[in-house]
Amino acid sequence: MTSRKSVLVLGGSSDIGRAAARAFAKAGYDVALAGRDVAALEPDAADLRARYNIEASTRTFDVLDTASFDGFVAGLPALPDVVISIVGLLGVQQDAESDLAHATTIMRSNYEGPALILGLFAEKFLARGSGTIVGVSSVAGDRGRASNYVYGSAKAGFSAFLSGLRARTSRGGVHVVTVKPGFVRTRMTEGLKLIGPLTVEAPVVGDAILNAVEKKIDVIYVSGKWRLVMFIIKTLPEALFKKLKF
Amino acid sequence: MTSVSGWGRFPVVDSEVLRPRSFGAVDAAVVAGSVARGNGRAYGDAAIGAARTIAMTGFDRIRSFDPATGRIRLEAGVLLSDLIDTFGPQGFLPFVVPGTRFVSVGGAIAADVHGKNHHGEGGFGRYVDSILLRTGAGETIEVSREQNSDAFFATVGGMGLTGVILDAAMRLRRVETGWIRERVVSASDLDAAMRALEAGNSATYSVAWIDCAARGRDLGRSLIYLGEHARADELAERADRFPVGKKPGLTVPVDLPSMTLNRYSIRAFNELYYRMGARRAGADHVVSLYPYFFPLDSINEWNRIYGRRGFLQHQCVIPEAGAREVLGEILERVAKRGDASFLAVLKKLGYGDGLLSFPQPGYTLALDFPVKGDILNFLEEIDRIVVAAGGRLYLAKDARQSRATFEAGYPALSRFKAIRRSLDPACNIRSKLSQRLFDEVKP
Ligand SMILES: Cc1cc2nc3c(=O)[nH]c(=O)nc-3n(C[C@H](O)[C@H](O)[C@H](O)COP(=O)(O)OP(=O)(O)OC[C@H]3O[C@@H](n4cnc5c(N)ncnc54)[C@H](O)[C@@H]3O)c2cc1C
Repeated sequence: MTSRKSVLVLGGSSDIGRAAARAFAKAGYDVALAGRDVAALEPDAADLRARYNIEASTRTFDVLDTASFDGFVAGLPALPDVVISIVGLLGVQQDAESDLAHATTIMRSNYEGPALILGLFAEKFLARGSGTIVGVSSVAGDRGRASNYVYGSAKAGFSAFLSGLRARTSRGGVHVVTVKPGFVRTRMTEGLKLIGPLTVEAPVVGDAILNAVEKKIDVIYVSGKWRLVMFIIKTLPEALFKKLKF
Repeated sequence: MTSVSGWGRFPVVDSEVLRPRSFGAVDAAVVAGSVARGNGRAYGDAAIGAARTIAMTGFDRIRSFDPATGRIRLEAGVLLSDLIDTFGPQGFLPFVVPGTRFVSVGGAIAADVHGKNHHGEGGFGRYVDSILLRTGAGETIEVSREQNSDAFFATVGGMGLTGVILDAAMRLRRVETGWIRERVVSASDLDAAMRALEAGNSATYSVAWIDCAARGRDLGRSLIYLGEHARADELAERADRFPVGKKPGLTVPVDLPSMTLNRYSIRAFNELYYRMGARRAGADHVVSLYPYFFPLDSINEWNRIYGRRGFLQHQCVIPEAGAREVLGEILERVAKRGDASFLAVLKKLGYGDGLLSFPQPGYTLALDFPVKGDILNFLEEIDRIVVAAGGRLYLAKDARQSRATFEAGYPALSRFKAIRRSLDPACNIRSKLSQRLFDEVKP
């Protein structure tokens, strides 16, 4: 038995997931990586063990299979100290405009699944009287934009869920962190045009999440510049905003 | 198609860039005219595929590490900076590091990189036990000194041309601290510099920084940096056992106009550098491994100071016999031109391990030149001197040498070609460098 803290990373094979897992393992946490393809997570778990001499395990988790959530949580060998959801799907806005199935998958992957699973953990954490919940949302949720409002609206729902959850659980010893990374150079954004000075590498996000958890920060934008950018975007009058093409 | 270039930003050429995420995807990515790319720190065209470039830095996992022996198995895209940051505090460092820590393990094997300890401890490949190689013929094979040894010695120093290195098993060096006990020796001319390097043969690390603006009596004046790993009891009371490797603080924001580097600014810089170094000469002092091994890493994208057109590095090795005259001649010509780098690097090398490994016993001199004017002709002239002296040029730095220069310098080339043919009969693995220097198939 160890007295080390533990973190569960949902969406562990994403670039941000791997970076977060490394940041927590480096800080001495035991790590469980969860994702659809456990076999693909095994090399990452081995990497964490070899680097940081901690315990790392893998578990199957599919964010679209909400019926499996109760069983997933009940099946964990122990309730983690921290749970992080990095699950998300950018999808293709143009396709989602006419393809209901695609739109549904984007909405469910970014809102329904992450909110439900973190909600379940919140109940367990409240019963225990401690725990930290981290939801990786997006600046895209701060205001719906013409170019990605399907994704953005799901992230907006997720951000609202997290802020409500935070308000409710804070008195019960449970902390909720909302992460709004801007542009991150990852597999998800490969091939997209990112704005250099506003773009960060995945390890920067990993370290920022660890810092927010340890310092009990509620909402982080990762790169401070985004707070300003989003403030401006949020305060533009709708009459003007609808004319902008972005 | 994307425009791709190496660290020197010359030449800039078109190649499709693919970033596979699994070894299976690497398989699918290899087509005719592919080569692997690590972190793009080779200066010229070595890491650019003739048709397709396969980016490997996404493969950054450690597979296993044994803290009892320092043996490690890791994916080829792991950067040495990552290894140092992760295992340094646990008391282990790579045996060999080049002048930047931002290179991948795959790139370090493929170039069989040398460090400041090559004269005594050899190159990067010496500490590699085995390599998982994806050949151009589509096979994935394990190569080591015992198993497929031909392929092993062609892969170490083989510039990616035997196939894609997927992962490797190697040894790390046990160290007590992350600090280096350094001694600076100042040498007033080339003879003194060579004597000091010779005397430094017994030091673990040694390298000389030459002021290549100095001429006449001062020709070859330099500062020689000798180094040993500091023991814990040599650290001052409160120093941490392992220093923090700071992220590069400064970034060169734009390409500087090539005006910035001229014979006056270079001469002024070198004068200052030499005097400040000479003042520290003599007594031992302890410095962090980062500035000792990687003096340029603290400035991001420093390659931009050479301007938009990029720059060339000329790195040769000259056999020991007659080296004094040959190096003197090269330095004299460079000083006369006046537009070479701030500083040139001179160091002693020992035997190389791979068939195309650059090192051979003698002195290696590295010089930077901005791309402008008649520089290509000038370097051709220098090449003739190198070839006549029985020397060769480093492929990881090369962007322009001729086939003849290359063939004269690398007598094991025909053996290398035969092994390459047996691993990859269709010659699928091809880079811009191999096309330029020795491919038999037409593009
Ligand atoms: C500031 C600076 C200082 C340097 N100092 C030194 C020094 O002191 N000593 C020294 O020896 N070198 C030095 N170098 C050169 C550098 O060490 C080599 O070019 C090294 O190969 C770069 O590694 P990389 O990962 O960036 O590889 P890249 O530049 O991307 O590739 C270099 C070669 O390796 C091959 N390669 C890369 N990855 C793989 C793979 N997975 N499988 C097969 N082939 C692969 C490429 O095809 C290419 O031929 C220096 C470079 C810089 C920029």
